[in-house]
Amino acid sequence: MDKDLILLGHGSGGKLSHQLLDELIIPTLSGIPVSGQNDAAVVEHDGRRLAFTTDSYVVDPIFFPGGNIGDLAVNGTVNDLAMVGATPLFISVGLIVEEGFSKRELAAILASMRGAADLAGVRIVTGDTKVVPRGKVDRVYVNTSGIGIFEHTLRIDGCGARVGDKVIINGTIGDHGVAVLAAREGLELETGIKSDSAPLNGLVAEILKEGDAVHVLRDPTRGGVATTLKEIAVQSGVTVRLNEAMLPYKGAVKGVCALLGLDPLHVANEGKLLAIVSPAAADTMLARMRNHPLGADAAIIGEVTEASDGRVQIETEVGGLRGVDMLAGEQLPRIC
Amino acid sequence: MNYINEFRNRDMVKGFAERIRRLTEDRSEPVTFMEVCGTHTMAICQFGIRSLLPPRVRLISGPGCPVCVTPNGYLDRAVACSRLPDVIIATFGDMMRVPGSSTSLMEERARGADIRIVYSPLDAVGLAAKNPGKRVIFLGVGFETTAPTIAGSILAAAAQGLDNYFVLAAHKTMPKPMEVLAADPELRIDGFICPAHVSAIIGAEAYRFLADEYRIPCVVTGFEPVDIMQGVEMLTRQVLEGKSLVEIQYSRVVKWEGNKKAREILSQVFTSCDADWRGIGTIPGSGLEIGAAYASFDAARAIPVEVEELREHAGCLCGEILKGKVAPGDCPLFGTTCTPEAPVGACMVSSEGTCAAAYKYGR
Repeated sequence: MDKDLILLGHGSGGKLSHQLLDELIIPTLSGIPVSGQNDAAVVEHDGRRLAFTTDSYVVDPIFFPGGNIGDLAVNGTVNDLAMVGATPLFISVGLIVEEGFSKRELAAILASMRGAADLAGVRIVTGDTKVVPRGKVDRVYVNTSGIGIFEHTLRIDGCGARVGDKVIINGTIGDHGVAVLAAREGLELETGIKSDSAPLNGLVAEILKEGDAVHVLRDPTRGGVATTLKEIAVQSGVTVRLNEAMLPYKGAVKGVCALLGLDPLHVANEGKLLAIVSPAAADTMLARMRNHPLGADAAIIGEVTEASDGRVQIETEVGGLRGVDMLAGEQLPRIC
Repeated sequence: MNYINEFRNRDMVKGFAERIRRLTEDRSEPVTFMEVCGTHTMAICQFGIRSLLPPRVRLISGPGCPVCVTPNGYLDRAVACSRLPDVIIATFGDMMRVPGSSTSLMEERARGADIRIVYSPLDAVGLAAKNPGKRVIFLGVGFETTAPTIAGSILAAAAQGLDNYFVLAAHKTMPKPMEVLAADPELRIDGFICPAHVSAIIGAEAYRFLADEYRIPCVVTGFEPVDIMQGVEMLTRQVLEGKSLVEIQYSRVVKWEGNKKAREILSQVFTSCDADWRGIGTIPGSGLEIGAAYASFDAARAIPVEVEELREHAGCLCGEILKGKVAPGDCPLFGTTCTPEAPVGACMVSSEGTCAAAYKYGR
């Protein structure tokens, strides 16, 4: 294998992405991974904690059932801030637009960005626009960065999972990936599935009312639930066991995944979070989440069973036991 | 949906597991069954079937993953074609990461080759129609289940009068390789879990000689957990009763005589040929090549290309793994040098590969 080539898999959010980060990007840029493996960096200045994050969006197609690249970009950055327990406040927007792109479509994207920002209660305060010759980018790419503050002293971190903790998800798995995939040229499946793209900061505010019973929050975007749980398991040094019968799926998502040979646990979500919470608080947490519009289908899907080198297992629907691994290679390029 | 759920019923699976346990509890010798088909391998791992069986019942994987048994030389030819001007390679996604002698299609795409992943060979015919200035080469890999759709794509291209659609064919057929394994003195197989969908085409009758001449029980088994558990129970009973019969567990799909219509389409386009199997070698009459009438669609004949010298990967035990002689964990490369993101052998690449399944679902 030619080690010099950047492959699509390096952007999949799975194993190759981790390798690129660990071997090249982090050592070269900072040496110290300030963000750890978390969704946002938590930085301290003058005794005040701030959360800071950035994300680029290259989704194809740019308009898909349930959203477009604009609201996806705002929600994604809002969610990355929320996942470290921060209150998102300010967002920047960088646009790279292809020559010949339509102003009308750009207007639609910007309007949905504004709508998403209003819904999340954040302000878009700065930005940048570049236009490049036709063919040098595909229509439009968006970067958003965001700053959030902490209104509590809790530490929400990927290394916080403890033996006995319960794993809760706020709704059905794989909707975003399947919605985007089904909208692609050449596939055009009629699934009725919409992207779950949504700002999760409101739901997180509810969750944090349980205080230090909340150990880990993480949104399972690229790489899906399996990759995210594997990251948490490795960071925390534990084994997470999922119960397949409890995993919430929409029927059409399962169907499309079966048809295309995808594991829905590897498919991206854009409005889902995994909460790892102390067992004593799990039931009240579940009730709290189900009372929120973005948590109506919340379910306890597994638990942390033992200390280990970081494993994820699943008890299958027929009672067997097997391992779950991160996404390897590329699955669906340009899913977000 | 209910049709599926019935065959994933936890209590039924438990019932089979308990019966298999009781049947084998007095047995001192282990029984070894081979699932020939890659889809079975995947289902067994995906549902954690091994963890439900008693340790005396061993399931080993056979040569039924089409990507895995495709030799390096084929991939090298595909890579060479991808470097020709005005060529589009169309392929199922599984072939992308398979390492050839020096490179993979995925690397070639990163270097600029035009390689498209399609979900059906008819999509590749569509590509040819849309790109009249290009030659579209579909990588035709698979068993009797995929071969008819590829034959169909050639017929469709012929009907549309396309002269820029080609198939690089490396189709394999069952059950010849099962005979090679049955005759191998180093292997002791107590029963074959015969392929489900391949059998729907070729018919259960095709396995008769294995039961009669080699005295190996054969059960044509479906892909759902209840199917597999029932298939294992049927094989176990035959072994305990000293029988060697062909039975059909998957009777809702497979008939003794198979699917005549599909075989007719196959024989219209393809003829039988000797085929190279990775790890096993050349097996007479175990492949399909494009027949003379459709030779102009055959990439191997119509598109001459210089192919690099064949190089096998040192230390890779794919060949032994495909014969069921070695388990993935016994290969020194498994999980260290050879991983799904940097595979050395094809068994680690394909979604139906034994090593990929063991790696993904094993731990």
